[in-house]
Amino acid sequence: MTLPMGRAMREVFGETVSDLAANDPRIVMLDADVGSSTKADTFEHRHPERYLQMGIAEQNMLGVAAGLATTGLIPFVSTFVAFAVVRPLDQIRVLIAQPGLNVKITPGYAGLFTGVTGKTHLIVDDVSIMRAMPGMVTVCPADDVEADRVLRWCAAYQGPVYVRLVRDATQRLFDDAYRFEFGKAVVVREGRDVTLISTGTQTPRVVDAAELLAAQGIEAHVLHVPTIKPLDVPAIVAAAARTGYVVTVEEHTVIGGLGGAVAEALSEHRPTTVKRLGMQDVFGESASNAALLELYGLSAARVADQVRSLLGSRSKEAQAQI
Amino acid sequence: MIKSSAGSVAVGADGSPKAGQMAATAAEIRELEERARRIRVEIIRAVNEAKAGHLGGPLSAADVLAALYFRVMRVRPDEPLWPDRDRFILSKGHSSVGLYAALALRGYFPVEEMLTFDSLGSRLQGHPDMTKLPGLDMSTGSLGMGISAGIGIALGARLTGRTGVRTFVMLGDGECQEGEVWEAAMVAPRYKLDTLIAIVDHNKLQQYGWSGEGPDGRLPPEVPGELVAKWTAFGWRVFEVDGHSMPAVVDVLERACVGDGRPTVVISNTVKGKGVSFMEGHYYWHTKPMTPDEFARAMADLGEPAPASEGGAR
Ligand SMILES: Cc1ncc(C[n+]2csc(CCOP(=O)(O)OP(=O)(O)O)c2C)c(N)n1
Ligand SMILES: [Mg+2]
Repeated sequence: MTLPMGRAMREVFGETVSDLAANDPRIVMLDADVGSSTKADTFEHRHPERYLQMGIAEQNMLGVAAGLATTGLIPFVSTFVAFAVVRPLDQIRVLIAQPGLNVKITPGYAGLFTGVTGKTHLIVDDVSIMRAMPGMVTVCPADDVEADRVLRWCAAYQGPVYVRLVRDATQRLFDDAYRFEFGKAVVVREGRDVTLISTGTQTPRVVDAAELLAAQGIEAHVLHVPTIKPLDVPAIVAAAARTGYVVTVEEHTVIGGLGGAVAEALSEHRPTTVKRLGMQDVFGESASNAALLELYGLSAARVADQVRSLLGSRSKEAQAQI
Repeated sequence: MIKSSAGSVAVGADGSPKAGQMAATAAEIRELEERARRIRVEIIRAVNEAKAGHLGGPLSAADVLAALYFRVMRVRPDEPLWPDRDRFILSKGHSSVGLYAALALRGYFPVEEMLTFDSLGSRLQGHPDMTKLPGLDMSTGSLGMGISAGIGIALGARLTGRTGVRTFVMLGDGECQEGEVWEAAMVAPRYKLDTLIAIVDHNKLQQYGWSGEGPDGRLPPEVPGELVAKWTAFGWRVFEVDGHSMPAVVDVLERACVGDGRPTVVISNTVKGKGVSFMEGHYYWHTKPMTPDEFARAMADLGEPAPASEGGAR
């Protein structure tokens, strides 16, 4: 049994921010010529006077957002993740993060699902970069429901926020009653054999992987970590304590992202073996979403396989020690 | 001792010193020139005390800073976040000490605090930090960014109905080599941002630049006329001014405040290091500590004989 498909986060993005803006005249949307892709165009249709087209000039766009924020407005900045994070990174650092300005960096096209674009548009180190930046809140919603809640939350939050949104429809993890709690991780499955920690749209695939493992007698404990910074260290420690063996899974590089954050937290607070699944220090390439998930070991089946073999070698190691 | 008095400023009902009136009188011009001189003196003192900081760029900008803060801009030093104030962004943030001098003399903070410049815990950071010092409208220091933030402020003022707000952004001529400046230059006319006034401190030097047949074997950041041609081509209204002639500076800034549907750029032709004879026109005074002797000569050039405590003769 696999989780059902939900709506595409980008659809939710356009609608939710437009809804918020209907009740809050401070909200403005900035686009760098890709609103028809990111669905920021929904905002243009509903609030044309507050849709600020900045052209294909992302560094300037982030700087304009900073200026807007000083006048009391709440700018949502939208383009593809690659062009919202790394290209204008110095603008984010100097004009947004350092002064702590109230800018919402909410780009779409995160991770592998970028519409067959290849390495330039596949950015797999955005979470590492943003969470390393002092003062930058970093949130990776799991599905359309959580994306909606996170966007609503971030409009009310005062300060810079990075929200990692995905282009294509992904699996639905949460039901309509779900309430996002900033800075809190969520146990989405209980188990005692292995702790799987995931974030973003990888979490539904990890839940599916846990089902596959259960069919083979392995009960995985699954923790979803939407807020990468600030990190819910107590929840991670508790989840690690449940099984004593942690595997992190992310649609992102294993260096410095969720896996890095979890390893840092556990080595300080509860030394535990942490294995990190995700992109192993590589750039992406063009292929269908499904093919890319297979290639990088992030499909539910591949995650289950890898967890099983990790557990297998773990018990061999344990026996060798006896 | 440094006088802590901010000096008296004739303030109009809207918070601007004598805003919106006819051409400046000769006495008013003389007063502004004295402000500019004091700004230069405080720059030299602060940089000498810190044994760090920039000199050439702050000195070239001093006259424009005086005209802005003591005449053109509508600001309230006792209410630095007044929502209807005019904004100033020092995009060439390395000239911070010049802006600090203008703010201190205008009454934003005590002039004595200038001597904390660059030291631990100071509100006067090497580059402007808006989270530390009230009166700063943007944090800057990485070149090329201030003008983008200026667009954001001008757009934000318009969207929030504060249509009286004017946004001034000062850039360096070397800074105009940054691509972001031209991204911003492309966007501003799209929104007909005629409350946005960029000022390029055209002192014909950058930090180091290209070698060639120029002063000290360095070339200016742009060939003559290039800045005017570029800004014009991007759809801006372009004014040129002698940035050290106070009547001309006041006149051009007041004309720039009368919008015509286009953003305005003032190319302010200046001399890097202006006011200190041995610094003028030399790229290596961009940032360089002064010897005690150089400090005394600089102060003397600015009409301030150094008191004994600052290393001069009794
Ligand atoms: C992005 C960036 N690159 C380099 C520097 C280092 N830097 C500081 S000032 C300067 C030269 C600036 O020249 P110009 O804009 O002409 O300023 P001015 O002559 O008025 O000092 C440089 C290269 C910087 N602050 N920011
Ligand atoms: Mg210069």
